[in-house]
Amino acid sequence: MRINVNTEQERFAKLHAGDLVYLSGEVYTARDAAHKRLSKMIENNETLPFELEKNGIYYVGPTPSRPGQIYGSAGPTTSTRMDVYTPTLLDRGIKFMIGKGRRDEKVKQAIIRNKAIYFIAAGGAGALYASCVKKVEAIAFADLLSEAINKLTIEDFPVFVGIDCQGNDIYEEEN
Amino acid sequence: MRLINVDTIKEIIRESCSSLLFNYPSDIEEAMSLAAEKEEGRAKKAFELLLENSRIASQKHIPICQDTGMVIVFVHVGKEVLFEGNIDEAINDGVRIGYRQEYLRQSVVDDPLFKRENTKDNAPAIIYYDYIDGDRVIIEMMAKGFGSENTSKIAMLKPAQGVEGVKNFVLDTVKQAGPNACPPMIVGVGIGGSFELAPLLAKKALLRELTDVNPDPNYHQLEDELLALINQLNIGPLGLKGKTTALKVQIEYYPTHIAALPVAVNICCHVSRHTKVVI
Repeated sequence: MRINVNTEQERFAKLHAGDLVYLSGEVYTARDAAHKRLSKMIENNETLPFELEKNGIYYVGPTPSRPGQIYGSAGPTTSTRMDVYTPTLLDRGIKFMIGKGRRDEKVKQAIIRNKAIYFIAAGGAGALYASCVKKVEAIAFADLLSEAINKLTIEDFPVFVGIDCQGNDIYEEEN
Repeated sequence: MRLINVDTIKEIIRESCSSLLFNYPSDIEEAMSLAAEKEEGRAKKAFELLLENSRIASQKHIPICQDTGMVIVFVHVGKEVLFEGNIDEAINDGVRIGYRQEYLRQSVVDDPLFKRENTKDNAPAIIYYDYIDGDRVIIEMMAKGFGSENTSKIAMLKPAQGVEGVKNFVLDTVKQAGPNACPPMIVGVGIGGSFELAPLLAKKALLRELTDVNPDPNYHQLEDELLALINQLNIGPLGLKGKTTALKVQIEYYPTHIAALPVAVNICCHVSRHTKVVI
């Protein structure tokens, strides 16, 4: 199944934990250090470097791109480390996340509350995901190197639904 | 005495950065292909994605995983060898040049707690030295990813807990690691020694080829039993459930104190990048 993550968000609600989906559209990158800064900025009521409403975050810290290459190796990093920051971001409008690994109960509740969705990408598949990135735009925190925020345009980016809008979790025994 | 210029070692480290990070080692690729045949549904699809990743990485020369790791080097130095130059610097320079030349990720921060500033050259490496007989130098190097490193654990068990205690600890550690460790994983287990040695043994276990088994039949059997138990946990490739959670359990052991039974579990994801060079 193919979904545009920006223009077809109404389809998120029909997805179930475990579904294989090919994502296209725009997504912002952010991992540990960028999350820490975003959360500090929210605390201080500063203007964020990108609009959270209806957007999505990919937890990734790519390798530097070679000359002539659009993006470096870019598989998902472990989402669990972002859990502490995630409920606030979801409550402020983030609609989807792409990462790998478990989320805690507070994130799950925030997903249900905001009808958001958590996708899991194949951990370790950096080269595969690099080839799904068609455009990169620098957004903020360039000093964080691989942890900077970029806007990626992705195409047919293979993921599984990790936690669906109803809170069903692929990693739980029953799913 | 045999004189070895440290530039030789710098070049080996630099070259290894380039050869290690763009392919699965052949033993891993083979184990993954075999495991894929036994899976179905989502688990099979997971393997298909990982094997496709491997093809793209080699063809387009893109690092197989974006976590190109922190470099860990074991230098086994012949007692009849004399190094010409600063060996620590040579190893770190090899890392600096290799990571820059190959556009690998700079993943090391200095001051792990307060500043956490990126060193911007992936140095320093973590380096261990020991002595061996003769005039050779053996270099073992790994580029260790930390998604799996973060899920590793140590326990100081009571001797009375015995084999069952070890099994339970290894299984609990793997269960807790689950999808976060990027399964299928390789499970390195260090048993015995002291509080600091057991994890080092577990790390060394990860340097073995997947086809290697512990030469002691009891430990070999324990490796096989643990692998079977782990693969019954139904974590599966990428945590999507299935028959393949681990590709191999590797155990290393050392004598310990009459009061002790240290056990360490060091987990490596399927992107287990390591090499061995003899000079």
